[in-house]
Amino acid sequence: MLKKRIVPAIDVLDDKAVKYVQFRNPTIIGDPAELGRKYSEDGADELIYLDTTASLKNQEVKYEWIRRVAEEVYIPFSVIGGVRTIEDFRLLLRAGADKVGVNSAAVNRPELLNEAASIFGKQCVVLGLDAMPIMREDGTIERWEVYTHSGHENSGRDVIEWAQEAAERGAGEIICTSIHKDGMKTGYDVELIKILSDNVSIPIIASGGAGKLEHISEVFQEGYADAALVASMIHYGHYSIQQIKQHLMDEQIPVRI
Amino acid sequence: MIGIIDYGAGNLHSVEKAIKRLGYPSVRIEDGTFTNVIDQLILPGVGHAEQAMRQLDERGLTTYMQRKTDEGIPLLGICLGMQLLLEKSEEGDTSCLGYLQGTVREFSVENQKVPHMGWNEVADSQQHFLLKDLPDTTDFYFVHSYHAEPKHQEHIIGLTNYGHEFASAIGNEQIMGVQFHPEKSGQAGLKLLDNFCRYAKKVEAC
Repeated sequence: MLKKRIVPAIDVLDDKAVKYVQFRNPTIIGDPAELGRKYSEDGADELIYLDTTASLKNQEVKYEWIRRVAEEVYIPFSVIGGVRTIEDFRLLLRAGADKVGVNSAAVNRPELLNEAASIFGKQCVVLGLDAMPIMREDGTIERWEVYTHSGHENSGRDVIEWAQEAAERGAGEIICTSIHKDGMKTGYDVELIKILSDNVSIPIIASGGAGKLEHISEVFQEGYADAALVASMIHYGHYSIQQIKQHLMDEQIPVRI
Repeated sequence: MIGIIDYGAGNLHSVEKAIKRLGYPSVRIEDGTFTNVIDQLILPGVGHAEQAMRQLDERGLTTYMQRKTDEGIPLLGICLGMQLLLEKSEEGDTSCLGYLQGTVREFSVENQKVPHMGWNEVADSQQHFLLKDLPDTTDFYFVHSYHAEPKHQEHIIGLTNYGHEFASAIGNEQIMGVQFHPEKSGQAGLKLLDNFCRYAKKVEAC
């Protein structure tokens, strides 16, 4: 049976691993490669590096830290952030990344997904999708819209429609972050993850909001996520990946031990 | 010395790094004119079967591998590299290397996502040395849309369930392959690669 994946997310700013709350206020938490190795030894199934240097400051993605991660880590890892062109894909894959994520650039030019999938294969094309709910007057959620540029700009696109289009074009996986949940430690946006899982045929990595063990089992059991991204829960040492996996096993959720 | 067949496959670097981490020397073999002594061969692979076979043929690597395996050199195929060991692949209706009898078929599993991507269990079905000192079932990392169907039951050395059971590790004493990525499967993957590398040393010592 295919296992549910626990995927630590490591934000990178100027070659340092940092932690943001709701995309703002970075705190340095370590070295990207060392942290990656530590999580991999603790049982992480995969790693996601979000290079915020490139996307916020519009700089070229730096490759040196990616090479170091590739030397240190023997599980798959994705790099996402600031990727705009096929050449960016090529350079990141050559530096050692197994998968490359695109976010804003794919919203601006969706053909990028088709091109990347045809050249490198769907398995290494990841769509980063940042969602914000649009509320009705009574406070219930009407729909979700796609945000770009690290959560700073509203594209006006519907999240479900965009996810379906991206999957058809060649995305092999979607990392979906709920902006209003990110860093809040009140749980994932289970409702959104469930709608995505029901309507999209590629794996969904739920992101944003995990604060305690129950949030992770909930997003698998009720949201049908394929993988759960964890960040502050583990970065500040409140939980280990082993603890998370033990909890999931207790809940009869299949995980790699 | 471990020869890694280099035909432009995506996962060559990570295979190379894993071998280095284990402490074995390796060399890239880019075409059929390579003459240095090697003790065993690894055929990595990510991509399309037809394109991979064309690359191997054009670079003279198909002939090279045939010559080396005729000399008794052990060969390990990884992912697409494993699929190429069989006679034929449905991907692009491609004729493959034919070291093991059988066909590579596209996954068509109801209610399951394709590609099969993530960690899944491999059950040791033959006590083949490749899975030595690993638990009876071990999780490895998979990414693939096609799977091997060896003709002979005794060539199935590992089994995995994804909607149905399929051969995730195949081989005989000399030619073997794994559908998953040992170079991306943490400690278990490194152990499997170490088993393969040690095996060649044993052959050398005989």
